[in-house]
Amino acid sequence: MKTEIKTDVVILFAGDSGDGIQLTGSQFTTTAALFGNDISTFPNFPAEIRAPQGTIAGVSGFQLHFGSVEIFTAGDAYDVLVVMNAAALKANIKQLKPGGIIVANSDGFDPKNLKLAKYPDGVNPLTDGSLEKFKVYEIDVTKITRTALADSGLGTKEMDRSKNMFVLGYIYWMYNRSLDNSIEFLKEQFKKRPDLIDANVKVLKAGFNYGDTVEAPMNRFEVKPAPVAKGTYRSIMGNQAAAFGLIAAAKKAGLTLFYGTYPITPASDILHELSKHKNFGVKTFQAEDEIAAITSSIGASFGGALGVTASSGPGIALKGEAIGLALMLEIPLVIVNVQRGGPSTGLPTKTEQADLLQALYGRNGEAPVPVVASYTPSDCFHGAFEACRLALEFMTPVFFLSDGYIANGSEPWKFPAAAELPELNVSFAKNELKDGEVFLPYKRNEKLARPWAIPGTKGLEHRVGGIEKENETGNISYDPDNHELMVKLRQEKVDRIADFIPLQMLDNGNEKGKLLILGWGSTYGSIKTAVREAIADGHDVSHAHVKYLNPFPKNLGDMLKNFDKVLIPEINNGQLIKVIRDKYFIDAKGLNKIKGMPFTSEEIKEKIKEMLK
Amino acid sequence: MTTAEIKLTAKDFVTDQEVRWCPGCGDYSILKQVQTVMPDLGIPREQIVFISGIGCSSRFPYYMETYGMHSIHGRATAVASGLKAARPDLSVWIVTGDGDALSIGGNHLIHLLRRNFDVNVLMFNNEIYGLTKGQYSPASPLGKVTKSTPMGSIDHPFNPLALCLGADSTFIARSMDRDPIHLREILKRANAHKGTSMVEIYQNCNVFNDGAFEVFTEKATKKLNTLMVEHAKPLIFGANADKGIKLDGFKPVVVDLADVSVNDLWIHDEKDQVKASILVRFFDAPSDENTLPRPFGVFYTEDRFCYETEMNAQLAYAIETKGAGDLDDLIRGKNTWTI
Repeated sequence: MKTEIKTDVVILFAGDSGDGIQLTGSQFTTTAALFGNDISTFPNFPAEIRAPQGTIAGVSGFQLHFGSVEIFTAGDAYDVLVVMNAAALKANIKQLKPGGIIVANSDGFDPKNLKLAKYPDGVNPLTDGSLEKFKVYEIDVTKITRTALADSGLGTKEMDRSKNMFVLGYIYWMYNRSLDNSIEFLKEQFKKRPDLIDANVKVLKAGFNYGDTVEAPMNRFEVKPAPVAKGTYRSIMGNQAAAFGLIAAAKKAGLTLFYGTYPITPASDILHELSKHKNFGVKTFQAEDEIAAITSSIGASFGGALGVTASSGPGIALKGEAIGLALMLEIPLVIVNVQRGGPSTGLPTKTEQADLLQALYGRNGEAPVPVVASYTPSDCFHGAFEACRLALEFMTPVFFLSDGYIANGSEPWKFPAAAELPELNVSFAKNELKDGEVFLPYKRNEKLARPWAIPGTKGLEHRVGGIEKENETGNISYDPDNHELMVKLRQEKVDRIADFIPLQMLDNGNEKGKLLILGWGSTYGSIKTAVREAIADGHDVSHAHVKYLNPFPKNLGDMLKNFDKVLIPEINNGQLIKVIRDKYFIDAKGLNKIKGMPFTSEEIKEKIKEMLK
Repeated sequence: MTTAEIKLTAKDFVTDQEVRWCPGCGDYSILKQVQTVMPDLGIPREQIVFISGIGCSSRFPYYMETYGMHSIHGRATAVASGLKAARPDLSVWIVTGDGDALSIGGNHLIHLLRRNFDVNVLMFNNEIYGLTKGQYSPASPLGKVTKSTPMGSIDHPFNPLALCLGADSTFIARSMDRDPIHLREILKRANAHKGTSMVEIYQNCNVFNDGAFEVFTEKATKKLNTLMVEHAKPLIFGANADKGIKLDGFKPVVVDLADVSVNDLWIHDEKDQVKASILVRFFDAPSDENTLPRPFGVFYTEDRFCYETEMNAQLAYAIETKGAGDLDDLIRGKNTWTI
């Protein structure tokens, strides 16, 4: 037995959606992070809560990439594939690197499971030689778990639920990790069932010890801590970060956060997180439908709260009319869209970036809405915070875009101190009217924002609505010239936001050159990795990642024109590219993947090489 | 909240906007009664908000010198829910119609009622779509000939108050545009009720559905066809108050007071949900023979917790038990590591 040093490792835990795969993966993640590795994760699970057992459709996966170097993606291909059954192997074997390790629960390869995974009669991949180019470690996890728990007094079903702890313990052994964090977790998780704490800890240790005692020649690996910036870190998922960003913004603005929403994958975790923090004065409202979710938030904003609503594409479609209302009312509102595969119900648990055009244009009439998109799990904190800032400063609905990949993905986060966050100065309109002067609810300030006069303010009683309104007075007006003026004013207000957002920065590469990769949203990690490697290989390529999609930063056009070619990779059929071509008249090229999966960095690197030929 | 030092009058609730309903519309009377009642409620103008959806009735907020929002079709109830959740201190009034509340906004209405936000719903029922120029509504009677139903409507109509009772409404009342005194009384009762007050107001659309309620509103027929219910009083109606309603088991029957003693009549009890469920089913077409009269007044009231009160209680409890939220603690979480 020897210990091999690795710079980075990609592990996929895969099994039935009831096998506790997500838990196993997130436990390893926390332990690796606490150790000081850089890490990126990507859970991949079926839409069904308990999809048919043993089938390919029911395979749940948790991919994690950790290293002693900086990590930007969950990894292109696996070094280690942990499979609880035959279906999990069949579904994922293609992405295992040659020479990679397979840890297989042999009990999951019995004739029944082989049949469910649709292997031909009599074929078992563990024994037919088809896995020759890999290192296969077969362990009868079920049997060992049951043996370990023989005198625990638990029933077979309950014993089998600890199988994932055996696997976790074994992988901990493989990477020489401490069990402490997971033992603490189990103690907390099963506070009310001491027997289950004992059982799970016992199986976890059994997994670890199995590595030591088994006679098979098995290597262990060492992955040293990563040389990341000094500071204090935590692990964060995108939806959690978004929830924290919203709470932080409300706190910094001195407002009540009102979150009106309707459960939908993959946005619901924001609701779950927010509803835990009522001691921040957060009011979460699970409405009867998507429309009530947004209109209740509009009502709350009208009353002086920070109104936020969230959904995914199908729900956003239902909110369209109300977004138009918020825009006409000119009140602050943040609309979170955690994108998933579309159209219609589409791919509920898979990722996609196909709602950009919906955010930009998906309403009746001339209805400009600012759009902010985050690009990593931790950036969701800043993105959500920034969306709130724009909504409050400019009295407008603002879109915050995230997607399934970063929403459920996690990474270490060098989190900010509350004091470092900017104050959001909100001042409700006061009655400073002179005798005989009437209140003008649509009189604008230098940012073209109107006053936020909330009910309860004596003397500022006024009416607002979705009908076109007269400039300044806000009274109903069907006057042709007034309508044109109001449409232009609402557009101008959004355009002027460009003066109040940061200029576009290059993420990597030279300011002028042959090729710029322009990305947005969750493609960040893959593009960053690909561009880094391409530059290291001597290619003339740069990377910029747009966070403000409406309006664009003022210098974006000039930046694009400094490059001979522009490539825009997107997890859609080409959306940002349409807007960029329209606005800047450049012949940008697209790289599009629409498989419900993120790009691998290799896919982007290949395209870079092709374009630089 | 400061109480109005100077006593307000109905005029103080009139805006500078020209009222644009059709001449002769029942909405004028309702607006007048609401403006008349407002000063008596003792609520400062700035604490009052009128929220409406879309339709003729939904222009209402523009004519009330309070805070107001003319929202989108069917959603006034949902907008008001969010407003009340955020601002329990406000007096929130929802103005809606039979199309707005029962058709496009039906879902929000039933959920508002079960949550029992402390708001008031004024549903102007004219049994027609007015603003879109005369299509049948979910409250139009079967067979109704309209622009969209030239051969008569084949849609079984809602019984609006039965629907509301089914959604566990805690205050159900009916009034009419043509009975100002009654309407003002009901508005005051609605305001006084803690919880969602559902008030159906029969309103004549003299352009597209003229006379839909005339048997209930015109002198010649009103007494025979309407039943004005009052708490703890027997159900009596008729040209000379000569008829009554008696319960035969669960079946209401019309009796002649010449034959039956007043003491044997159904005594209205606003707190009795079972009886209220029978009362809301007094819904016969007035033209039918041997019909039950149409009741007006407060059918049912119930004391039940309001959503916004419980929401605030949970927040207060969370702060009491966990302490006011600290942003640094939140962001840091439980597991950190330092490099």
